Amino acid sequence: MSETQSTYNYKVVRQFAVMTVIWGIVGMLVGVIIAAQLVWPELNFGPYLSYGRLRPLHTNAVIFAFGGCALFATSYYVVQRTSHARLFAGGLAAFTFWGWQLVILAAAVTLPLGFTSGKEYAELEWPIDILITLVWVSYAVVFFGTIAKRTVSHIYVANWFYGAFIIAVALLHLVNSAAIPVSLTKSYSAYAGVQDAMVQWWYGHNAVGFFLTAGFLGMMYYFVPKQAGRPVYSYRLSVVHFWALIFTYMWAGPHHLHYTALPDWTQSVGMIFSLILLAPSWGGMINGIMTLSGAWNKLRDDPILKFLITSLSFYGMSTFEGPMMSIKTVNALSHYTDWTVGHVHSGALGWVAMVSIGAIYYLLPRLFGKAEMSSVKLITVHFWVATIGVVLYIASMWIAGVMQGLMWRAVNADGTLTYSFVEAVKGSYPFWAIRFLGGVLFLSGMLIMAYNMFKTIAGGKTEDVPVVAPVGHHA
Amino acid sequence: MDINDLRSIMTVVSMMTFIGIVWWAYGIKANKKGFDEAANLPFADDEAERAETGLPRNEKRKAS
Repeated sequence: MSETQSTYNYKVVRQFAVMTVIWGIVGMLVGVIIAAQLVWPELNFGPYLSYGRLRPLHTNAVIFAFGGCALFATSYYVVQRTSHARLFAGGLAAFTFWGWQLVILAAAVTLPLGFTSGKEYAELEWPIDILITLVWVSYAVVFFGTIAKRTVSHIYVANWFYGAFIIAVALLHLVNSAAIPVSLTKSYSAYAGVQDAMVQWWYGHNAVGFFLTAGFLGMMYYFVPKQAGRPVYSYRLSVVHFWALIFTYMWAGPHHLHYTALPDWTQSVGMIFSLILLAPSWGGMINGIMTLSGAWNKLRDDPILKFLITSLSFYGMSTFEGPMMSIKTVNALSHYTDWTVGHVHSGALGWVAMVSIGAIYYLLPRLFGKAEMSSVKLITVHFWVATIGVVLYIASMWIAGVMQGLMWRAVNADGTLTYSFVEAVKGSYPFWAIRFLGGVLFLSGMLIMAYNMFKTIAGGKTEDVPVVAPVGHHA
Repeated sequence: MDINDLRSIMTVVSMMTFIGIVWWAYGIKANKKGFDEAANLPFADDEAERAETGLPRNEKRKAS
């Protein structure tokens, strides 16, 4: 065996891990800018930097650039380490890195220019969609190729979640992005009317379910046990809640289309499946948090564990809130208000970002041959700044959202509306200012992380770690 | 048989499959050992762990 085959491929993990932090800063900065635009509308400069064009840039950057890089980095690391095999097809893995960065750059250029297919979370035009497809197929080949050449008999549960995420996202992207191009920069959806809306939200909700949940649960199932130093609370529960998630998530999309032209029965199916989803979601949360059972003291002085466990608390919170909001009568109040925005960010900042940050803090020193981050104290600072930021963000959005919902539906005795729309906007200002502050805090945390990262990288070794046969295992 | 029968069958088959998985995970006692082994997979790489955190290598084991 040659030298390269006896080490793990850490290069691509390193690249994705560093870019996770960079894109996190970029995506959250755009988020802070659009939050400021809502408070101070004068900040809308020309068509290119207006709210309408920056908002999809924000969502694409945080979900696919920040979240995507975190998923690539951790999945490539975890699949190698739990399969005891070097990454399959190194060249293709390098292509996934450069290809994905190109997708992100293309998004950063085309969205402010106004090129969009108008589908939420899938705004990128068809040439970029084709590049995404190529990168994604390569990703699947690299990931499943590594699993195929594993030297242990089991496929660890984290890899099941990563695998489901890769397959489901491929399916979602291909179906939802089907479009008829009319020029290089414009295409129209292959579907029409309510079918188009249903396909869009089948995609939209499963992007939450598989991109933002399954993939990050894979992360949780490796990094929580490793950082806690003990195996996952119940492996059997992980098997059952994995399959429960797979069987139910696909049907929850219609809850995004309550009280629309979508047939009533479809809305009800979406609501029922969303309520059922509470069980598998909490299965994952309980499994993660209970892994610490009997070792709670570790939480006191390990900031990485603080990030990981707090992320699970937010995961539990938002997966309780989600099913409640999918109930039609609750949705009648919450839909189109800032309550939805608060819910999304309790999941995105509290769960997705925090579990990624914890995992990246775990990885960075190891990828650069160090025992720990340059400053463990700064991780603690980051944790508290980020937590206060999330709490300010979601609390202000809850209040603003419920207030908006109540003001919009209030009627006088004679049946006329009590408030005009602009009165609800006016009432929201103080809460938008608090949300802006929460966003600034969360972004500051990422800047602290970047400083800590560069200090850790400085003088670090980038030697690849040898592949070692598993202890107490027969292949 | 129209497409709605197929849809119903699909739903029932999915439900049965899921119940089968629950039974496979919790009902068969003999599977427990395998699950415990799998749960410990992240910890079966002490050597790589030492190497990446900059600790000296354990001489008793060799890279494969």
